[in-house]
This record gives sequence, C-alpha cells and structure tokens, in this order.
Amino acid sequence: MKLESMYQDVILDHYKNPRGRGLREGDAEVHHVNPTCGDEITLRVRLDGDTIADVSYEGQGCSISQAGASVLNELLVGAKIADARRIQESFLELMQSKGRLEPDDEMEEILQDAVAFAGVSKYPARVKCALLSWMAWKDATAQAAGGEEATAQAAGGEEATAQAAGGEEATAQAAGGEEATARVGAVNHHNREIS
Amino acid sequence: MTQLTGLLDTEAIRKDFPALDRTVHDGRRLVYLDNAATSQKPRQVLDALTTYYERHNANVHRGVHVLAEEATALYEGARDRVATFINAPSRDEVIFTKNASESLNLVANMLGWADDPYRVDERTEIVITEMEHHSNIVPWQLLSQRTGATLRWFGLTDDGRLDLSRIEEVITERTKIVSFVLVSNILGTVNPVETIVRRAQEVGALVLIDASQAAPHQVLDVQALQADFVAFTGHKMCGPTGIGVLWGRQELLEDLPPFLGGGEMIETVSMSSSTYAPAPYKFEAGTPPIAQAVGLGAAIDYLSGIGMERIAAHEHAITAYALERLASVPDLRVIGPPDVRDRGAAISFTLGDIHPHDVGQVLDELGIAVRVGHHCARPVCLRYGVPATTRASFYLYSTPAEVDALVEGLEHVRDFFG
Repeated sequence: MKLESMYQDVILDHYKNPRGRGLREGDAEVHHVNPTCGDEITLRVRLDGDTIADVSYEGQGCSISQAGASVLNELLVGAKIADARRIQESFLELMQSKGRLEPDDEMEEILQDAVAFAGVSKYPARVKCALLSWMAWKDATAQAAGGEEATAQAAGGEEATAQAAGGEEATAQAAGGEEATARVGAVNHHNREIS
Repeated sequence: MTQLTGLLDTEAIRKDFPALDRTVHDGRRLVYLDNAATSQKPRQVLDALTTYYERHNANVHRGVHVLAEEATALYEGARDRVATFINAPSRDEVIFTKNASESLNLVANMLGWADDPYRVDERTEIVITEMEHHSNIVPWQLLSQRTGATLRWFGLTDDGRLDLSRIEEVITERTKIVSFVLVSNILGTVNPVETIVRRAQEVGALVLIDASQAAPHQVLDVQALQADFVAFTGHKMCGPTGIGVLWGRQELLEDLPPFLGGGEMIETVSMSSSTYAPAPYKFEAGTPPIAQAVGLGAAIDYLSGIGMERIAAHEHAITAYALERLASVPDLRVIGPPDVRDRGAAISFTLGDIHPHDVGQVLDELGIAVRVGHHCARPVCLRYGVPATTRASFYLYSTPAEVDALVEGLEHVRDFFG
C-alpha cells in the first residue's frame, strides 16, 4: 500500500513516542499554526554560544506534524547553529521535491530519521504539516541568535554605538525570522483548502 | 443490514454522474462522501454547459443577434427555474451571484450603505450564531468594524443545537439583522427557523438565512421561511461552481442600495452621476456567470425531476443508518446532534486521539473521500474542544454500502494508528 511510504515506521514511532516534548526554558519562543487543519506548535530554542542547547515544544496536530517536531528535537539538539541550518535547508529541499528527489547517501547522512519524511513530499496537502516545526525552529533560532548577539555586545561593555549595532543586528535577525514566517505562510497558502 | 425505507434508485441515479464511476489509487472505486463541500455533477448539467458554449454563447441583455437573444433567454430561463424551485413570489427577487459567500457579503454591504430604516451603525446590533460558516461570520465582523455596530451571537448546546434559551436578550430592539444558517455544514443541525424569525419580526429586525446546506437536500420555500433574504450556492446542488443565488423580498431590493457598480446594473450614466436598473439587475454588475446560471437551471431540472421530498427522505434514511453504524466504532465521538431528528446529511466526528488529517489520509488511500479540518467553522471546533473533525456528508446518490465502506475504513484507520 502506497500509504506506508508516507507513514514510515520511523514517523509513527516518533508520533507515538515523541522525543523531548514539553516546554522548557528557552531564549526565544514562537507559536506557529497551520490554518488549514489546525496543527499548532509552540517551540522554544535555548542557545549556548553557537550550539543549540535545547529545542522544547508543545503542540497538537496530525502525526506528520507532531513526529516532525520530535525528529527535529533529536536531530538539532547539541548541533552547531550553522550545521542545524544546513539540516533545515536539506529537509526543506526534500519536502519541496514533490516525491521526485531520491535522497542520496549525503542527504541521508545529514537528515538521519528525517529522511523518512521523503514519502510525505508526494502529498502536497501534507508538506506543510511536515514543515511546521522546522519553520517554527528557524524563526525561534533567528530570534534567539539575534538576542544573544545583542546581549553579548552589551555584556562586552562596548560603547553605546556598538550596542546599537548589536541591536540592529538583532533587528536584522528578527527580520530573518519574519522571512521564515513568510515562507511558512507561502507554503500554507499554496496548499490551502477553500475555507 | 437494517432494512432502510425511502431510498432512491441509486443504481440508476449514479449512472448520471460520470465522476462516481471513476477509480482512484490503483483501481479502488471512489466512495464520495464530501458532498457538503461540493456535489458531483450529472451528465445533464455537463451537457447543458457544453451545449450552451457550443451553440448559444454570447453576452446577455445586449446585442440584437440570434446568439445574444438565445443566451439571454437561457440565462433568464435559469432565473425562472430558481424562482420556481424556491417558491419566490417574483422572478425579480432572484439575484445571481458567484456563490453563497458573495450573496451574504452583498446583504452585509447593502445594509452598511443603506439609509434609515435599514442602516447598520454604532447604535445597532447584528446577530449571528456560533455555528455559522466563516462566510456568515466574517462579513458581519467587517460590517461591525466599519460601522461600529455590535456583533452578537447565539451559543450552542452540548448536543450541537442553538442555545435559544435567552433569545429575547440576544435579539432586541437594537437588532437590525439576524443572519443564521438553516442547516449547519459542520454539525448537520437543522435550525428552528420559525422561533428565530418570529422573535426577529417582533423587534423589526431583518432576517437572512444561509441555505447553502439546505437547498441541495430539501424543499426550500422562501415564503414559508418568512425570511427577508435567503442565500445559497449552485455547486453543492449538482450545479457548476461560480454561481450563487441571493433571494430578497422585492420591496427591500427596491429600497436598498447597490454594492458593485458596473455595466448591466445601470439605467443611465453621465459623468457626474448614474441611476440604477431595477432589481435584480441593480445587483448584477458586469457580465454575469451566464453558462453557470444555465448549468444551475439544468441542475434544478434534474433535482426537481427526482423530487426534493424524495431526496430528503433518501438522505434521512442514509443519515440514520450512518449514525447507527458509526455508533459501533470504538472511540468515535459525533460532534453534533446524536440522533437523526432535525438533522441534515453531514456527520462530523472525532476518532480517539487520531488527528482528522491522518483519518482522512488513510480513508483516501481506500478510495473514500471525506473532508477533514475545521470546515470553515472554527468557532464550532473551539466550542467542542477539538482541533478539527472528520466529516462524512451524503447526497442523493449515496448508498448504504458506502456507509459500510466508511465504517470498515475507520476500523482500518484504528488498526493503522493503534
């Protein structure tokens, strides 16, 4: 049955036994929704320098969206921010492939359990479910990293101009977050049911 | 299987609907249970569309050539069919729109721009209900934001009906318009029109009824409803998309201002001002959906040929059977009235903790088409504490065997996620 290509055992396992679920302390919190089906996620990111110390989350939704958050937690906690962004971009590429992308060894190495979502990319209505937590993470991380850099500048006791520069950078990062939200919006829009 | 009475000859009817004959996902026969979203189309409607475009296509109400006259006669003939179908006192009370949403928005805008005594402003109130489709919520939110009017609504009881216990406090002397759904698209509830209309009339409020889920399934008599406006859409009743109807009482349509301006809706135009055509043309700016109106006329002929009472009886029997069968599925909770009394042919439910999106996906793989989500009625989901529901909805071609397929499919869903 073709359906098993979407509901891989790995996905069902993450759905039934979510990793790292629950909200813990974080540097930034975002709330993303999928307006079509009511999937929701509240996600926090805590950074330790350039390392992702924790990704905690609460949400409700379908198996694909909830398993997505669990896989994300497993993959990204402990990773360097730059590596995590590469994983996120790779996952996005896979999800936008409409089932035409056969993950190669390199992609499997990067995505690990997340490669199980390859089958989901064949179902346009479900891609946004898979991407929900990843877009939330991107948004939260941009906010957390922006805040961190601004704080670092301030803590460094630099002059007011440096602080202002840090603040500007934070704003730029926040704008990056907006971009992430806008992209989620675009994906949602593309797949919207008439409602 | 329980012996069902009142069923139509679905074997013959289904032959009229080409889409019902197709297969999906490697040869599975389509089980189409998403009729509240849109119905399938009979060959008679498809033929009317094709014939219109192949032989009579022209713009209406202008031009003196043969095709223009034929197109106009077909378009106006469709208006006659609608008027008869809803027992309108006059054909001039039937306004063609593009869908029910446009019909509802049209009334909201007529009232927003009207003079007294119809004008909605900051001293007045608008009344809707918690079970409305978003298309009967958002236009009123917009109107209240723009005019300062207060938006009020009836809540719901635990068993999916309107809570009218404080009707006199909700509909008051300040109420200008009461707009409510005749049959809920998510709960399936058939609402007590008479009670609401009587109270509205006591206080002199206008009444708009959203009959989108009623017109396809039962006799719709606008005179019996005693409403001021009735809105519905063509595509849920075997017609094409892009055609809707607003019926309004003639004296109101004469008094109320137009909303969209353009060709067709005018009497004379100068650079400084214009005068308007009489209703219904005053409300039909621009080239109308001509082919779609013709298609709706053919759909009405088709439905009337079978008989709306017989269609209602068929769906009543199927819905009763479905409620009975669904009650046997473990962890299944019906969101809406639990019994078939005052109930339309849409049944929403949840299945344990399995998200409706997952339910719908597995059913789809079995060839069963249902709707999942909040059904453009998110306040209902919030009211009953569910993120979304799965909805099966039936029509004149639905069979007990399709209900059985749904129930078996749900067992499969439970196994899959169990």
